[in-house]
This record gives sequence, structure tokens and C-alpha cells, in this order.
Amino acid sequence: MTTPKIERLDIRSSDDVVRVRQLARTLALGAGLSLVDQTKIITAASELARNTLDYGGGGFVVAELVEASGRRGLRLTFEDKGPGIPDIDAALKDGFTTGKGMGLGLGGARRLSNEFSIHSKPGEGTKVVIARWK
Amino acid sequence: MAANVGTVAELVGSSEQLILPEWIDLQKKAGSLNTGRITENELVSQSREFLHLLRDGLAKGGSDASNPAYGPAKQLLADVSRSRALQGFSPSETATFVFSLKQPLFNTLNRNSTLSPAQAAELTWSVTLLLDELGLFTLEVFQKSREEVIVRQQREIAELSTPVVKLWDGILALPLIGTLDSQRTQVVMENLLQTIVDSEAAIAIIDITGVPTVDTLTAQHLLKTVAAARLMGADCIVSGIRPQIAQTMVHLGVELNVVSKATLADALAVALERTGRAVTKQKRQAASEQTKTPAEKGQ
Repeated sequence: MTTPKIERLDIRSSDDVVRVRQLARTLALGAGLSLVDQTKIITAASELARNTLDYGGGGFVVAELVEASGRRGLRLTFEDKGPGIPDIDAALKDGFTTGKGMGLGLGGARRLSNEFSIHSKPGEGTKVVIARWK
Repeated sequence: MAANVGTVAELVGSSEQLILPEWIDLQKKAGSLNTGRITENELVSQSREFLHLLRDGLAKGGSDASNPAYGPAKQLLADVSRSRALQGFSPSETATFVFSLKQPLFNTLNRNSTLSPAQAAELTWSVTLLLDELGLFTLEVFQKSREEVIVRQQREIAELSTPVVKLWDGILALPLIGTLDSQRTQVVMENLLQTIVDSEAAIAIIDITGVPTVDTLTAQHLLKTVAAARLMGADCIVSGIRPQIAQTMVHLGVELNVVSKATLADALAVALERTGRAVTKQKRQAASEQTKTPAEKGQ
């Protein structure tokens, strides 16, 4: 597996969420994703970036173009050092939110990606990895 | 060492005729005039004025740039910096104005035979610190002016990009363009609700053709706007949902409980129908026969 391109972006303000979307768009184009797939990964990136900002108190995203067995794709890793998620299963349920949102972001991001993994420990932070393959 | 810095003030005063040309020469070499954004006359008068103010500062304030005696000199630097930021100078071009003064001043100190080498070195050091501080001050003002420009542009974008268009009596359209962060949504919502009141509209069409990404926050803002419009007695139709956005929204699990149409034209048709109007094609047959007849007759 080769990783031709890796980019890291801090998420500290709502402007950064816009920047994450733009980065995801550029790399999704580079990975040759179809318009629908591009839109899906960009939207998922937008949800997770906002989660990182609003619930994780800011963090960063690492975006990489990946290649495995001839398929190209885009992988995004969101990390924060926030309060963490005590109950991940509950957080993934639609309509669950501790804030003012619709409670669809995390579950929606999972449905919009081909790969989804989440690690979180209360008090230590959260790490979400998503990928979309061509 | 304030007394010694006073010596620098005297030197600056007495050898102005040497320092000024050398300084201006250096600024020209650094390319200050290349872009043609300021004239040589402006540069000379700015330089001369700053040199005078710097001398006053050195005489009264010693080598401490935060001393109030440097107030006028800083004021001038701030003005110069601000105008250059607006004219599109780069930060280094702007900072060169102060930093290029170092060399002429050091040359002047070295030329002076009454100073011992140790004294000259010491004075050179204090002047370096002073000019560094003034240079940083220049950059700070530069940065601040640029930020002011950005904030102003953001405000302009927020205000300009949300027009509410009247399509027909009682039918409004709100073509949304770009990202819907919370601040802009607020402006959008206020504009729409106010126009609904002003024009007594029954139907508002929200067109999202120009919105690149619809995530849950955007959807939430959209739904809130629709709910508010409903409270004002106006029904909303959402149009311009592109296929990829539609698929994404379904996966996301967002339900827009509003009438939605693929294009603005479809939405307008629905709106017209609801307000009891219809668009029909004109019967052109009679008209076209009339225009044909003379030509056919001519043959």
C-alpha cells in the first residue's frame, strides 16, 4: 500500500470546518471519486470536523490519498483531546445529541463512508477514521 | 546610557543630509518604488518626516521604543503601514521602510571620530534594538490593517450574497449561494422574514443550487428558516437539490419535511398553481397564418 499524499489541518474555528471540506474536495478529486462519492465524503468530513470542534474542543484532521489492491481512495482521521464519548453506541444512534444539533452527524458519517472506526476514552479524547473508496 | 543615545539624536540631526539620500537609495534598491504604487516624492517626504520624528524620540525618549516620546514616530509608521497594507504591499516591503534605516545610521555612527569603537558598538546595539522594535510595530499595524480588510469583506459577503427576489405577486425566491455557516444563516433568515412581511408573500422558494455541501447543520438551519417562515404564514418550497446532494441527505438521515422540487422552474410552477395561476402556451397558429399569407399570396 502506498500513500502518495498526506495533509494535516488543525480544526480550531468554524472557518477551519470550511477548510476541511475544501481539502476533502481537492483530495477526493485527486482520488478520482465520482461526484456522488465526493459529495458523500465531503459531507461526512464536514460532520466530523464540526464534532471535533464543537464536542472535542478542537483538534486536527489528517487526510491521505490511499491505494490498496489497485483501488484508490481517501482516508480521513479526526483526532481531538476532548472529553471523549462515554457511550459510543448511544452516540451513533440517530437523534442522540448532547448539544444543539440534530444528532445525525456521527451515524450519518458512518453511513456515508465505506470504512468507519471510532475510538474514544472519557477524559482522553476521540479518534474517528473514515475512508471512501473508488 | 540615555545620554549616549542623545548623541545619536544629535548625529541624526547634523548628518541628515548624508543619512537621508543613503536611506532612500537603499529603499529604492529593495524595490520600494518598483511597483509604482507610491511616487519617489512620497517616499522622500515620508522618510524625511520619520527621520525628524525619530530624532525627537531619540532626544527625549532614549532607546526605549515604548517611551511616549516615540508616539509621533509610531503614529507616522502606523499611517505608512496602513496605507501600504491597503495598497497591496507585501509585509517585507513594508518592514523594509524601517529596517533599511539601520545601515545609514550605523555608517553615521562609525564615521563619527569622537566616539570610541566601544561606544560606537554600544550605540549601534541600542539603535538596532530600537529599530527592531519599531519594525515589529510596523508589521503589527500592517497585519491589523489586513485583518480589518478581511473582516470588512466578510461582512460585505454576508450582506450582499443573500438577496430575496420577488418572482410574482406573493411568491418570493431566496437563491442561496455558498456555505451556510450560522452567522450568514441569521442574515438570510432575517432578510427572508422581513421580505415576507413587506410583500405579503404566501410562498417562499428556497433555492439551494448554489450550496456545495448540505450537512446536518445546513439542513438544520434550512429547517429552522422554513419553520419561521411558516409561523409568518408563508409556505416554503425547497428547490435545486442536486442528485448527489439528495443521495447524501438520505444517507445522512436528514428529512426535509417540506415540499421540494428539483429545479427553481418546477418550484415556481407549483407556487403558481397554489396561488391559483397557470402558465399556458400562447396559441400562435392564428398569428403565424396571418404572417404567412401575404408571402404565399405573393407567389
